[in-house]
Order: sequence, then structure tokens, then C-alpha cells
Amino acid sequence: MASRDTWTKKDLTGIEELSAAEIGVIFRQADKFLPALAPGKGLDLMKGRTVVNLFLEPSTRTRTAFEISAKKLGAEVVSINTTASSLVKGETLRDTAMNIQAMGVDAIVMRHSSAGSARYLGGVLDISVVNAGDGAHEHPTQALLDAYTLRRKFGEVKGLKVTILGDVLFSRVARSNILCLSKLGAQVTLAGPATLVPASLKEAYPQVRLAHDLKTALSGADAVMLLRIQHERQTTTHFPSLGEYTSQFGLNTERAAWLKPGAIVMHPGPINRGVEVESEVADGPRSVILEQVTNGVAVRMAVLHLCTGAVRR
Amino acid sequence: MSRSEARPLRITGARIIDPASGRDENRGDLCVIDGRFARKLSAAEARSAVTVDARGLVATPGFVDLCCRLGEPGRSARETVRSGTQAAAAGGFTTVVAMPDSLPPADNVGTVQLLREICAREAVVRVLPTGTLTKGHGGEALAPLGSLRKAGVAAVTDTVSGVQNNEIMRRALEYAAMFGLVVLDHCQDSSMTEGAQMHEGAWSLRLGLRGWPRAAEEIVVSSDCALAALTGARIHLQHLSSGGSAELVRQAKSRGLPVTAEVSALHLLLTDADLAGYDTNLKLNPPVREERDRRALVEALVDGTLDAVCSDHSPCSATEKDCEFDQAPFGAASLETAFSAAYEAVVDAGHAELPTLVERLTCGPARALGLEAGTLQEGTPADFVLLDPRAKWKPSAGALLSRSGNNPLVGRTLRGKIRSTYVDGRLVHGA
Repeated sequence: MASRDTWTKKDLTGIEELSAAEIGVIFRQADKFLPALAPGKGLDLMKGRTVVNLFLEPSTRTRTAFEISAKKLGAEVVSINTTASSLVKGETLRDTAMNIQAMGVDAIVMRHSSAGSARYLGGVLDISVVNAGDGAHEHPTQALLDAYTLRRKFGEVKGLKVTILGDVLFSRVARSNILCLSKLGAQVTLAGPATLVPASLKEAYPQVRLAHDLKTALSGADAVMLLRIQHERQTTTHFPSLGEYTSQFGLNTERAAWLKPGAIVMHPGPINRGVEVESEVADGPRSVILEQVTNGVAVRMAVLHLCTGAVRR
Repeated sequence: MSRSEARPLRITGARIIDPASGRDENRGDLCVIDGRFARKLSAAEARSAVTVDARGLVATPGFVDLCCRLGEPGRSARETVRSGTQAAAAGGFTTVVAMPDSLPPADNVGTVQLLREICAREAVVRVLPTGTLTKGHGGEALAPLGSLRKAGVAAVTDTVSGVQNNEIMRRALEYAAMFGLVVLDHCQDSSMTEGAQMHEGAWSLRLGLRGWPRAAEEIVVSSDCALAALTGARIHLQHLSSGGSAELVRQAKSRGLPVTAEVSALHLLLTDADLAGYDTNLKLNPPVREERDRRALVEALVDGTLDAVCSDHSPCSATEKDCEFDQAPFGAASLETAFSAAYEAVVDAGHAELPTLVERLTCGPARALGLEAGTLQEGTPADFVLLDPRAKWKPSAGALLSRSGNNPLVGRTLRGKIRSTYVDGRLVHGA
């Protein structure tokens, strides 16, 4: 059995595959990398290594964060986005990835619209695969940076009451967060309209609480994680209009007061200002949205460092 | 198919199960003269007969599969009539009903004739072609059902396209009934399954795959029952997947409606939890559902609500299945393992005795389509199977005869194995 400070996985495909101890290893590694985020303080732990960002779905924030994380560690980074990819010419994911591996790359960071694609690729390749979002399945580094932010704010995640609010049905961020927070001992509430927070979530995740009433969802919470309303993933109508959503579930100052004193407001970005959150809350004293972004770089540095270090050579 | 064996055949020592005649006899004899079952051999025939010692085995009628795909015409990279019927023979099936969604689809006499010609040359078991219900199984204009009937189709169906418009379905049923054609319906309200990948439930939520609710099937089962009541036409409901669907069929039958139904062997054995590893070979249409559905389907098969076990054999090449889950085609190659899967789920699990399962594989499906098959009775073609219910075996990709390896049971230890399969008294599989 691996000791609590060892990391043996070449891939990070989901939170599901991680133990609480492994999450702890990532956090302690991220602690060591945080100082390197200051301008002019890069490291050379991955000098001579190459990371390919294979982004087959639009992303600015996550791709940039991964690029910066790899560069802060001294690695070379190549980014491939959907339009540049030969996948549009009919090449399979396996072939695309095998070609990248054949060029002597150390890790592929992939975002893909298909659930399960990261696990599939991890099984195909010998090099590291880091999941930067696979369909509506998982977005593990987002959940890790969210839990890392909670840990830095509250000392530990265990015992915290966290409400995840919004489009849970289509959200990979929600799935990874449910798993990560539960593994670390937080109590999770899922909230939003019944079409986006269906009762069957309780079957999938018996440990969570469901709420379709915002006051119930927010009262007594230490943190609320807002989910972006994702127009591109809703192929059918799951709520009447953005205005209706805002009137029922948008977070404003008045509603934020239902949270515990000292509670924080989180958002994975990009924010739809005026839809799921009012600017006064997003920019207000409870907001840790920009700290999440900073922590995201440290956490992704930790993931890249640990995973590439676990590849058998 | 080539001519039957000239020498008489005598199978001795087997347990003989023929549900159509109620026969279940330990250590009986099965006699074949000129490719047909005979009550006994004359002294002269006995002297020239080939005798097969089948002690320890069970002799049953050849199985009848109401739903499979044999690749031709148009999809021979997936399967050919030769490889598909060899797989059928290995699975104990001596009569198979081929779905009409070939390339081009069997919505015209020429395509049906082409398939019949290929089968006459290549098939090792009986292949019954079907025709589409509407042109190009597009669900809009009726296919020439009368001409298709003359060309020899055993039934008509739009298979996985389904007929989404109830008015067209109603007229199609009335029109098909005029020719005595049974309509096979794949029950799927496609407005509820756009982009759906697996059963909608806890597992689809965990895996982030778009869910396919039970209601998408049950709504069409309900409307089919209503249309059967309206038209009096025969409908056979294909490969049902939900416990609710089985209950609807039970109610329809108790009302005396002319409805029959089947379940695929994989749906008797597997559940949505088996998809936890995103195995694309488990991506089926309809999807496998929850344990309570699986149990309800087994129960409905045992009590006769469901008339037949089918294979729903849908070969796909390894290349097609080696991809992201939501980009993989639906279907499993399942002819060779259908009996073993059903045996494990129904008999080995203690829900019924072997004769009940044999009934649902032989005269059950034959009756649903009015076929003269699925029995050991004297004078009928000598299509039969020798099987070993105690044998354990593990299907391996290399040893399976289907051209496609998308069999989700590869590597799993199965119970119950087909030893030999005979068509017209001629050995087509085994020894």
C-alpha cells in the first residue's frame, strides 16, 4: 500500500479515481508551488519536458491556466485547439494522440466534449493524460482548486457545508466537486431548478442534499459554488429564460445574506454577470473568484509535476 | 443451403426437450430421415444410420432468433451472411430473422431478392428476410408491403428508426394486416432520446452521459397497444428493456390484444452499472437498464408475458467501437453467446427450469411470427441443437465466428454451451 505522501498515477482522469490521501498529496505539493506564482519566480522542475494542450472544445481560462502552470515549471507547451486539430479531418482521437506521443511529448492535457474520453486516452497512451474536462463527466483540476481554496480559507474542508448552485445536470464541475468535497468530508447541497437538479441525483450521490428553494439551499452554508449557466450544453429547454433563472436562482446581495457570516462565494468562470450572479456579489467581499484562479495555477502545477513524475521510463 | 444428409441419423442418450409437444424425456432417441424428424428408424435404416452418442447432453429444437443483422447487403465490413450465419449456428440458432436496415434498406423487392440470393449461396442456417414498414425506414411513406410479402419477407419493421407518427403507424398496421404481415416495432420515442447514450438513472448522472429514460420506450409500447386495439393488427414489440414495458405488455395480453414481445439475452443479464468503465461494446439500443428492470424482464419472460429471447445481434467493427463513448455506434455482436447469457440469467439463477427457456428460444418466437420452426415433431425439418448445460466456457475474441468482435461477454465465464447444431439433419456447427 502506498504511503500517504506518495503519488503513483501517471494520469489524472477524474476525482473518482483519487483517494483523500492522494488529494492531500496534491494540496501539499501545491503549497510548495504557490510562492513560485509571483512574477519572476518560475521553477525548472519540468525543464526539457513538453506538455501538449489538446483542447477539442473551446476554453480560454483552463487552457491558459494549464499553459502557465507548465511554463512556471519550465516545460515547453504546445496548444492545439479544435479548429487546428486534424480531428476535424476525420482522424480518430487514438491516432491524434498516438502521433503526439510519438513526437516525444511528456503529457497531454485534454479537453473533450465526450464523457469518458480522458479515461479512454489514459488507457491508450503511455505518457501522462490530464483531464481538463470531458463532456459532462469530470473536471478534476477545477474541483481540486476549489477544495484547495476552501482549505486555504477555512483551514480544512472537513465539516464544511457547501452548496453547489445552478446547472448541475450538465456540469462536469459539479460532478467532480461532489466527489472531491465528499471525499474530504464536506457536506454538499445541490441546488437549482428541478430540471437541472433532478431528484435522481440523490440516487447517484446518496450523500448529498437537494434543494429547489434558494433560501433553504443557502441558509447555514459556509460556501456557495455557482455554476455557469451553459447555453451550449442545453440542447433542449430546461428553464424558461435567463431572466426567469435569475429571478429564481440568481445570487444577489440580499440572498447572499442567507449564507453564514464569513461564508464565501465561488465561481469556476467564466461568469455570466447578471445571470447566475450579480456584479455586487461577484466583486464583493465574500467573493474568492480571483483567488480560485491563482490557486488553480498552483494546483495544476502540482498535478503536472506529480503525474509526469509517475510515468515509467 | 445444400441438400440434407443422405444417411439416416440417430441421436441417442440425450435429454430431449420439445416444448411445442410438451416432450421432456431423459435418455431419448431423436431420429432423422431425409432431413426430417422421424418417429423411429426401420431395421434397414438403423443399419445404415449415423449414430451420435449424446449422453449428458440436451437435445432441443434449433433456436429461432427474431432480431439480428447479418451485414449484407452493404455492411460486409461488419458481417457477412456467411460469418453471421456461422455465428448463429454456433449459438444454436437455426432460423434467424434479419433486420431490413441494410444498405440499401430492404424497402424494395430487389434488395430482398438480393439477400435471398446471397443466403442461398452462403447461409448455413435459415435466414428469413424482413422488409421495412416505410420507404427507407424514414417513417413517412409506406413501403410496398404487398410486393415485399410476395418477395418472401417474414415480417416488416422500421427497426431502430421506429415510426414516430401514430397516424402512419396506424395505417401501416392496417395495410400490413391485409397481407398477414406481422409488424415488428422497435419502441423508441426519438424526441426523448436525442443524443442519449445509456439508461437515464444514477449511472448516467455519474458518468456524465446523456440519459435515455424508460418512458421513451414505454410511451411507444402504450401507443402500440392502443393501435393494436384500434386496428386488430398483429404487433410484435422488439427487445423491450424496461420493467414498465413488460407490465404494459402483461396488461395488453390480459385484455386479449394481439400483441407479442421479446427481450434480448443481454438485457436479461446486464445492467447500467456494467457501463461504469465506458465499454463501448455495452452501448446498446435500447440501453441496458437497472437491476429492477432486469429482474422484471426475467420474471416477464418466465411467466410468458415476453414470448421470446432474441439476440439483437448488431455487429460493429473494432474500429467503429474504438473511440469516445458518445461517438461509438450502438449494438453488440451477440448471437454466439445469447443462449449462455439467457441460461445464466434465467436457469442458473434459479428463476425457471431449462424447458421454459427453451420454449422462449424455439416455439415462442416461432409462434409470434407464425413460423413453422422450433419443434422436434415428426415430419418437420430436422433443425436441432445438442447443448451441454453444465459446460463452462469463456468466449474469446479470436475464437468467435462473427466478423465483428463487439461482444461484451468476451472474457466472461459463461454457463451452458452449444455442442452441435443441425439444419435439415445436417451438422452445421460442432461435432
